[in-house]
Amino acid sequence: MTAVIDVEAALARMAEQLQPALKSHPLMIGIHTGGVWVAERLHHMLDLKEELGTLDISFYRDDFTRVGMNPQVRTSHLPVNVEDRHLILVDDVLHTGRTIRAALNEIFDYGRPASVLLACLVERGGRELPIEPQVVGERVKLGKNQHVKLSGPEKLELRIQEANG
Amino acid sequence: MNQGLQFDDAGRLRHLLTIEGLSRQTILEILDTAESFISVGEREIKKIPLLRGKTVVNLFFESSTRTRTTFEIAAKRLSADVINLNVSASSTSKGETLLDTIRNLEAMHTDLFVVRHAESGAAHLIARHVPSHVRIINAGDGRHAHPTQGLLDMFTIRRHKGEFGKLKVAIVGDIMHSRVARSQIQALKALGVAELRVVAPKTLLPMAVEKLGVRPCTRMEEGLDGVDVVMMLRLQRERMQGAHIPSEHEYFNLYGLTPAKLALAAKDAIVMHPGPMNRGLEIDSAVADGPQSVILPQVTYGIAVRMAVMALIMGGTPTSRDTGMRDSPSRAPVPVPRKKRQ
Amino acid sequence: MSLVIQGGQLIDPANNVNGKKDVFIDDSGFVVGVGKAPSGFKTKKTIDARGRIVCPGLVDLRARLREPGLEYKATIESEVHAAVAAGITTLCCPPDTLPVIDTPAMAQMLQSRAWRFGLTFIHPLGALTQRLEGKLLADMEALDEAGCVGFTNALSPVTDTLVMRRALEYAATLDLTVFLHAEDPWLRNGGCVHEGEVGTRLGLPGIPEAAETVGVARDLALIEQTGCRAHFCGLSSARAAAMVAQAQKRGLPVSADTTAHHLHLTEYDIGDFNTQCHVRPPLRGKHDREGLRKAVASGIISAICSDHQPHEPDAKLAPFARSEPGISALETLLPLTLRLVDEKLLTLPEAIALLTHKPAEIIGVETGQLGIGATADVCIFDPDARWTLTEDKLVSRGHNTPFLGQTFRGKVTHTLVGGKLVYDGSKT
Repeated sequence: MTAVIDVEAALARMAEQLQPALKSHPLMIGIHTGGVWVAERLHHMLDLKEELGTLDISFYRDDFTRVGMNPQVRTSHLPVNVEDRHLILVDDVLHTGRTIRAALNEIFDYGRPASVLLACLVERGGRELPIEPQVVGERVKLGKNQHVKLSGPEKLELRIQEANG
Repeated sequence: MNQGLQFDDAGRLRHLLTIEGLSRQTILEILDTAESFISVGEREIKKIPLLRGKTVVNLFFESSTRTRTTFEIAAKRLSADVINLNVSASSTSKGETLLDTIRNLEAMHTDLFVVRHAESGAAHLIARHVPSHVRIINAGDGRHAHPTQGLLDMFTIRRHKGEFGKLKVAIVGDIMHSRVARSQIQALKALGVAELRVVAPKTLLPMAVEKLGVRPCTRMEEGLDGVDVVMMLRLQRERMQGAHIPSEHEYFNLYGLTPAKLALAAKDAIVMHPGPMNRGLEIDSAVADGPQSVILPQVTYGIAVRMAVMALIMGGTPTSRDTGMRDSPSRAPVPVPRKKRQ
Repeated sequence: MSLVIQGGQLIDPANNVNGKKDVFIDDSGFVVGVGKAPSGFKTKKTIDARGRIVCPGLVDLRARLREPGLEYKATIESEVHAAVAAGITTLCCPPDTLPVIDTPAMAQMLQSRAWRFGLTFIHPLGALTQRLEGKLLADMEALDEAGCVGFTNALSPVTDTLVMRRALEYAATLDLTVFLHAEDPWLRNGGCVHEGEVGTRLGLPGIPEAAETVGVARDLALIEQTGCRAHFCGLSSARAAAMVAQAQKRGLPVSADTTAHHLHLTEYDIGDFNTQCHVRPPLRGKHDREGLRKAVASGIISAICSDHQPHEPDAKLAPFARSEPGISALETLLPLTLRLVDEKLLTLPEAIALLTHKPAEIIGVETGQLGIGATADVCIFDPDARWTLTEDKLVSRGHNTPFLGQTFRGKVTHTLVGGKLVYDGSKT
């Protein structure tokens, strides 16, 4: 059973919420894979001049000893120095918060940003760490066996799915 | 044959003892993972926390500064704690058995041993007798295998030459005594190179070498003709004593890689050497320092490849439990399928 | 104790017997009747051999008992118990103990040690040269008097060809048999596996076939020169077997044996450095195994031996080249030979001959047959019993065998030495 969320509307809401942050000349960073798709759209919509940064958090996971290496590792690419910059960290779905924790650790290995603002397309409950977004496209309440997934990159679509077992 | 020992029940790589038994897919996975680690070496902070809290012991029964150092750097870049043990000086010379040495070290809660030993089969013996949570990487055992060197050589070839399927490769030098050559041969065969030749005098070609899937050549003219990759091996000067070759002079004349000999290969052929080089014995300086040589970059690749191997074998078994992070379990790592026995 | 072995199938190849015949043994331990009781025979004990094969007790041409000097590996006591449990009633042991058996006192000590246990007979081979150093001849006459059944330099090469010539000539003078482990030490070059595909793959130093053939060629030439009676121990290559065949055709007084494991295993069984397959001479190629099997079937090789070498566990828990060679082999001698019958290489009487009267003839000992007047050294086994070799079943102190976990057909139920029942496994 799937339900669809209106991605364009959510993106529009995010772009509006991000307007005040623009005056600090922020750097945008997207988290692979879904977060990069969302960030690419926002980067274009907000007409940001500096190149978009991308982060692959595989090396900073907290479950490495249980789950092991993902063979499909993409590399992180931060073309601009993060030192003393205001960052907008973009992800597609915020759930437990562990991915964001890993992303923050990785960013800080590159340098010391002035601030980090978290923008997520979808926020669902189920946080396991004290991490909250400043910018949200859509808030949903999901059951334990439900997942929300972003598909792309051509046409971004959000679907709520029942997990199979 | 190998699969049982190097892989766990789920088919994940548990030890790296030899390239034999690794499928093409596993080798490519290691190379892909190494690619992602190259960027770590280019950052300001050359560290990622993958192996934080883990203890890696470099157990070298045969001394080697360069290999040990690259393993040490690789482990430290993964945030592991590293202990270097040069055992040749200590316990085993007092008569302690190899297994007793390992057991004493295990008691110090080691997660990974990187072992180099003068005897073929030493890493296998150790892997058979360690508890299930301990991992072993073979950093060279006798004449048998040096799998991380083989892998980093494949990484180098892929970086400079791309696809393996069309390549003609020649390995030149003391094949008989070389664990590097054996690992290179196994890797190249698994990756499906078009043609693989070994070039050496008969005294340095092991019996039945063609059974490894190579074409033995005793002349450089035949061996290097049109090849895309020339892999040189180091010649140990003791080979004169064992009556394998008469003199360095004669060896250099017949088998030394000079610009003239290199010209027999393809115009854009690359020249490799695992190091350290004997300039003027197996390779001429003009070639070692020339435009076709990729010998220096091999060192950087070595760190990334060893990081990749450590990360792959230390990662746990995939669980179906949602750990709360993205890409798990729905995109959990695919268990590596075992290579079928031919 | 006069006893009768009743109801069994008697296979005594030396006397051409193969059929249901009871065996009658008198108080002094001699066979006094075959098929029917001699007149006046009073049976005091009966051994039920129904469904079983009754044959002469097995004669093993090469078994190391580790005494004196290597008692941490095994002792005469432990190994003779293993021998009788395996149906072996006569053991021949090489002189390479610590110290070497190169004096009559050592030879006598060994035999009296064995005598104490009253189980198998032990016939030592005496040293060919003093301390096996290959330089000075040993006192072969005195050793012969002291009970040595042959002379050998065991695994220490006699590199000086002149010394080898003199040793053979001297032995020929006294009509003694020399037991040769033919191998050229320089070609051997510290190798530990057959120089071939497996050695190349594993990066282990190899011993080429030529090491054995050069050794055999040299020794054959000297045998021809000196007229010495010689026995080649443990042939490992097809080519060497062929050379021995030619020499036999030419009328040279040469015999040969091979080990039971060389007839079944090859270099491929080494797999991933399985030290249980580290033996000397090494396991060679498939065509070598074929050649040895053919030589056994055609009689060129006239004896199968165990080459028993029990080891403590540490000896095998080392990297391959550093591990000690040898298999604990007494208890698989008969089963592996019976496998050759299952594989249709030999008939059962032929197989038994290779383990009984033929090796007995090589060492010139009166055993290996059960005609009237023979010493009652008997082996009784159940040819159909299937059993699996496990560590707890091994009687020998040495558990170093690559055959652990394998299932065999044929289990010894009784062993008699000199008419005395020394092993009764019928209830296990």
